[in-house]
Amino acid sequence: MSAAAGTLAPLDVMRVREDFPILSRQIRGRALVYLDNGASAQRPRAVIDAESDYYEQHHANVHRGVHTLSQEATDLFEAAREKLRRFLNARSTREIVFVRGTTEAINLVAQAWGRPRLEAGDEIVITWLEHHANIVPWQQVCQQTGAVLKVVPIDRRGVVDFDAYLAMLGPRTRMVAIAHVSNALGTVLPVERFIAAARERGIATLLDGAQAVPHQRVDVQALGCDFYAFSGHKLYGPTGIGVLYGREAQLEAMPPWQGGGDMILTVSFQGTTYNALPYKFEAGTPNIAGAIALGVAVDYVESIGLERIARHEADLLAYATGRLDAVEGLTIIGTAPDKASLVSFIVEGVHPHDLGTILDAEGVAIRTGHHCAMPVMDFFDVPATARASFAFYNTHAEIDALVEALGHAREMLG
Amino acid sequence: MDLADLYRDVIVDHNKRPRNFGRLEHPNRSAEGHNPLCGDRLHIFLDVEDDVIRDVRFEGRGCAISTASASLMTEAVKGKRLADVRHLFEEVHDMLTRQDAPVPEDLGKLAALSGVREFPARVKCASLCWHTLNAALIRDAAPVTTE
Repeated sequence: MSAAAGTLAPLDVMRVREDFPILSRQIRGRALVYLDNGASAQRPRAVIDAESDYYEQHHANVHRGVHTLSQEATDLFEAAREKLRRFLNARSTREIVFVRGTTEAINLVAQAWGRPRLEAGDEIVITWLEHHANIVPWQQVCQQTGAVLKVVPIDRRGVVDFDAYLAMLGPRTRMVAIAHVSNALGTVLPVERFIAAARERGIATLLDGAQAVPHQRVDVQALGCDFYAFSGHKLYGPTGIGVLYGREAQLEAMPPWQGGGDMILTVSFQGTTYNALPYKFEAGTPNIAGAIALGVAVDYVESIGLERIARHEADLLAYATGRLDAVEGLTIIGTAPDKASLVSFIVEGVHPHDLGTILDAEGVAIRTGHHCAMPVMDFFDVPATARASFAFYNTHAEIDALVEALGHAREMLG
Repeated sequence: MDLADLYRDVIVDHNKRPRNFGRLEHPNRSAEGHNPLCGDRLHIFLDVEDDVIRDVRFEGRGCAISTASASLMTEAVKGKRLADVRHLFEEVHDMLTRQDAPVPEDLGKLAALSGVREFPARVKCASLCWHTLNAALIRDAAPVTTE
């Protein structure tokens, strides 16, 4: 940590909480304790207002009309793209494709990058801790092309085996597609090393950044990846909007994956010429309000500061880990040395699903289930886990409420 | 909506000490159920003779509601004629899903599950075993899922 970060003023959490209207809600007569940020974070007032302001003042279709509203909508939409470019430190807005979310971004790459060039026997490398969204699209393209999916193992802490990864990279490896941060375990992967090893061998790389962008600064140029995917709604933005960053040379060489309006230059019944980047990959009317509001979410996060957010969340993680570890019968699943601010756990004698219901009765919202990472559940031989995932607006008092509610669950069912 | 209404003593007891838990040596009907939402799996084994359930056991792991429901179900259907089991299935189904329906008096201990209907997210937990039983009785080879 740099000296500048060392002098950073701490986050005023109680002030920040006032920016999020939903945090003052009551659930079943109790103050909401929202610890399900890994599934979807909440929105600050500025993001909510940005959407309604757009609809009240500026809405028309983008890239189409000559009238004032169409121009305003287009300007706002493209200004949002520029914010996202800056946020990821991409070289150009041509590298920022608006999509519905991480899932669509990965499907786009699997189909538009993978399908035309993968041949039978080619290999795609993923890891054991991937979200289903970074497994299934690759399985599908493997079925379509005869390519083979290779899975890098993890250890009992939830750390990806780097040596096994290196050994897996071979002459037929075409793509390395890995999570930046595990949604089920919290593991932060040392992706720089993974990417460097792939690049040395001329292998393309994709990072699933859904769980990373809310917690740490992401610089796609420094990372050196070919693709980076994330969703707006985990970054305090709207649902149904996300970003695919793609290195320009890669995107340029890829065919469009959906056809329609906005992605063309000319259409005749003899043939069609495609639009320039990034519009080639944005067929149809996009989620304009969502993109604009995501830009505002990025502004909001930057105004707080990712370094400050990271520090507060590291404190929450340390506090939660200590308190949960002390709960009798509780086992933390995922104990990697470098973790994002989430804790997956099981409680002896109490199924995660029951925990979810009992905690909800006390206003505590956590995720329970397989977290769309069934292979991870199989690896740890559990059907499901409970997961508390923290945002910068969470407090020690909320973690105390979680621990207290866990005690009640054990009393009720233990 | 009260937690005590969901986790009644009978439910807690059947979760901790499920009855008829394990496999049958020689079942002539069986089926597997799966709730993809929570990852719960359930296997039901039946010995059916002359349209009567002579024996029933179940295996699997799930939440308190699904375990207790399966345990209570095995107690309720053992020794019953299939026609009566089908009737019971309908009654339990109504109890779990119809907020306004009165709980039939002949349900016995199964009535302990009536609190589930106040928790819509948990109805599938309670009904999984019944759908699985149904599949076993109609000899449906495909595994049952709640989705």
